[in-house]
Amino acid sequence: MTLASLGKKLFYVFAVPIVIVIFWIVWADSAKSPFWPSPVVIAKVFPATWLDGRIQEDVVPSLIRFLTGYLGALILGVMLGMIIGSIRRLRYFLEPTLEFFRAIPPPVLVPIVMLFAGIGDGMKVIVIIFGCIWPILLNTIEGVRGIDGVQLDTARSYRINGWRRTVKIILPSASPQIFIGARQALSIGLIMMVISEMFAATNGIGFNIVQFQRLFALPEMWSGIILLGVIGVCANALFRLIEGRVLTWYFNMQVKEK
Amino acid sequence: MTTAQQTRVRARPKRNEPLLFGAAGILTLLILLQTIPTIGIVNPKFFPPLSEILQALMVQFSRPEFWSAFGSTILGWLLGLAIATALGVILGILLASVPVLGKLMHSTIEFLRPIPSVALVPLAVLLFGTTMNATLLLVIYASLWQVLFQVMYGVKDVDPVAIDTAKSYRLSTWTTIRRVIWPSITPYVIIGVRLAAAVALVLEITGELVIGSPGIGKLIVTAQSSGATASMYSLVLIAALLGVVVNIGARTAEQKLLFWHASIRTEAH
Repeated sequence: MTLASLGKKLFYVFAVPIVIVIFWIVWADSAKSPFWPSPVVIAKVFPATWLDGRIQEDVVPSLIRFLTGYLGALILGVMLGMIIGSIRRLRYFLEPTLEFFRAIPPPVLVPIVMLFAGIGDGMKVIVIIFGCIWPILLNTIEGVRGIDGVQLDTARSYRINGWRRTVKIILPSASPQIFIGARQALSIGLIMMVISEMFAATNGIGFNIVQFQRLFALPEMWSGIILLGVIGVCANALFRLIEGRVLTWYFNMQVKEK
Repeated sequence: MTTAQQTRVRARPKRNEPLLFGAAGILTLLILLQTIPTIGIVNPKFFPPLSEILQALMVQFSRPEFWSAFGSTILGWLLGLAIATALGVILGILLASVPVLGKLMHSTIEFLRPIPSVALVPLAVLLFGTTMNATLLLVIYASLWQVLFQVMYGVKDVDPVAIDTAKSYRLSTWTTIRRVIWPSITPYVIIGVRLAAAVALVLEITGELVIGSPGIGKLIVTAQSSGATASMYSLVLIAALLGVVVNIGARTAEQKLLFWHASIRTEAH
């Protein structure tokens, strides 16, 4: 019975993707459109395109820029957010300004940061930080603001102050909201990584995809799109794993409340 | 005058404080934007003072190219948002109300959603060239998910008693969708559209920036590559203000449209 239910599960997961791929293969073979190469062709060029050399020269540098920028935004955003969130007047003072910065479409920053930082890795990391920080910052502020007053009063009467108060009380209470911001920032970060490389770069995944498109190397271009998709899916899965670990208490609490 | 104001402020601090402090914050930002380049903390060549940016903004307003680009941006954004909304609502209702379909499509959707929309840029360029349609593809792809997921949540949240009642009255599928499902999912649709509106604007300008389809984003690139820094910043300012207007507009519209809904009513208190 368990085997049958497992089979059913596998069927639901793989049926549609397999049908799509088969349909795509048949259609590509009969239509012979250069824009839509058969998945077989894409799968064939994939290893030669990305695993031979490009993995160290392009994929890893892209991922390092992304991680540096994302983590930088996370640290900065949470720190600033906790400060701004705990001082009411500072929050009033900064909120409209921050909303304005948040509304700037992040890719617009690429040409600006290029003026200051050139086209090197620094530019890309700054652009990623600048794009990612707003959802993290604003959600942290919101999370800190929404902390239960009783909790803070209890901490005060137990004389839990300073660093311990920040780490043991404020940070955990705000963490569900911080994760909401971090999740939004994740997709923005990936987008900014690709765009900054498409704009001006000498290596990176985004740079290569645009090169392939200009050279009309379409199966290679498709392999790049699929690589980005895989990176997106993996990043998301990793995020969920970490979120699940860190917020177990919160999810359990939600279930109990229901 | 000052005393009257002060007493009023003191009498109702909660009401005026955010407004006053927020205005002071914006004012400080404006002053910083003006003074930092003038006293030379950053190179005014890279970051001209606010007064120059505003002058460039006035010049923009007198250029017909600016207005046609502005129109293209708005048109692309609205069109993309409308198509994404229609697709999202239809697909969402279909996937959530036919369980087999939902289960079958789940893995495909979970794979497609995290793909960064800009990964589709080269494909869009090949298919449509540097036209509005290329950008439209990006806008629709990115904003579709916001609506789709809200609608799917919404359909799952429809009162099962209402559905059963519709069934026992032998209402047709279409009537059930129109009379039972649609009214109860409208709040979710409106929230989805609000989220999608912001995403669509970002992708519209991104597409113009990277692909070079007509719009504000394209003008930004042109200004940057020709060294017209003040002009570039004035266009960035326009893009940001457009973002603010879309955010505030969508939030206000949501509150107006959903004034009867519990989530808004409790928020107001």
